[in-house]
Amino acid sequence: MAEKIDNRSVFFNPFSKNNPVVVQVLGICSVLAVTVKLEPALVMGMSVIAVLAFSNVIISLIRNTIPTNIRIIVQLVVVAGLVVIVDQLLQAYAYDVSKQLSVFIGLIITNCILMGRLEAFAMANRPWPSLLDGIGNGIGYALVLVIVGFFRELLGSGTLLGLTVVPQSFYDAGYVNNGLMILPPMALIVVACIIWVQRSRNKDLQEH
Amino acid sequence: MTINKQSNLYTIIYIAVLAVVVGAALATTALSLHDRQQQNADRDKMRQILAAARITTVSDSIIATYDRDIVETYIVDAEGNRVEGDAFAVDVDAQTKLPALRRQLPVFVCRASDGELKYILPVYGSGLWGPIWGYVAFDADGSTIYGAYFAHKGETPGLGAEIEKPAFSNEFIGKTVFKQGVFMPVAVVKAGQKPSGDEDYVDGISGGTITSKGVSAMLSDCLTPYAAFLKNLSQKSN
Repeated sequence: MAEKIDNRSVFFNPFSKNNPVVVQVLGICSVLAVTVKLEPALVMGMSVIAVLAFSNVIISLIRNTIPTNIRIIVQLVVVAGLVVIVDQLLQAYAYDVSKQLSVFIGLIITNCILMGRLEAFAMANRPWPSLLDGIGNGIGYALVLVIVGFFRELLGSGTLLGLTVVPQSFYDAGYVNNGLMILPPMALIVVACIIWVQRSRNKDLQEH
Repeated sequence: MTINKQSNLYTIIYIAVLAVVVGAALATTALSLHDRQQQNADRDKMRQILAAARITTVSDSIIATYDRDIVETYIVDAEGNRVEGDAFAVDVDAQTKLPALRRQLPVFVCRASDGELKYILPVYGSGLWGPIWGYVAFDADGSTIYGAYFAHKGETPGLGAEIEKPAFSNEFIGKTVFKQGVFMPVAVVKAGQKPSGDEDYVDGISGGTITSKGVSAMLSDCLTPYAAFLKNLSQKSN
């Protein structure tokens, strides 16, 4: 292979330097939709990690057999199959969460991160780096989801994972949950804050 | 021998094989998980039925609570006579597509926390984006609503989806469906307005007008066939 792949950077870059959400700005739609509470955000993050890792490996394994003119269709079929399996598993083992996530699990298929990684990485690399790339990008995505979910649930509902964390004395003293946090626009604003913090710490990412 | 990977034949065979493999994987998953999913769905249905009778449960104890509190289930027809069948298995969605006279109408009899018998009736209709459904619990007088539970598939969060909140369903408590012996289902109207007749009404959800109207239509469509059954109840209790 002409290009030397460094497994370490393949795995760790998507966490921050090349994060799929806050740097590449992919998969924003689901960040808005599933981050009202922390728990669905976690499950969604794990589902994306699983789908991304498996689809990357599968596509990487069959990359030399795929006819180029239908490669996108092949990628879609693999991703769609995996997503349906994840959805079925959730319905069987985590019914309440699957009800909350409802259509968004199915919409993992349309998450640009998946097609992006398959097309940009798995089609050109061997299974092991592809697995690392899939897991790395999945974690990068899940990290953002969890951070956004954490702040939205804490400030919007005063709970974390459904447990009340804001003490009653705060409410007695006049504190109120910020209802705006549970509406979609605040997800964008929280993502924007993450981008701001990240770029101010990382000079490489700043655009003049 | 080298295969021409760009040939049409290769492409067609490739996609066919892929479809069969993925199809087989999906079919296996669906079949092997079906029983578990069905159990979850049944348990969720039990939770909803109990919620209408204002009994809240945690997921571990749903079946035990259901078995303890639901004392009887049966199916009635539009004349209020009992018919054969398993009330829990009735597909309310399919029944609402039939004319009222031919429907199978499930009744779940529950002993609520106040010790009285409540009669829980399922309802099913459509909101703005998809199906909405729920359960309405009546007191033994066949007229007063003891509790209600509504759920939806995909109404707009914050607007139509508010029908699943207790703030909405609790508005129904205490409403009556018989006015001077005439059956009139509870209407859902825009806040501040009144329905044309003298039936009881609750305020709809602002911003969720079509969903609110859907609830109103659902109650009218699904509860009216029970009129004879509820009338029998009220005569029995007098």
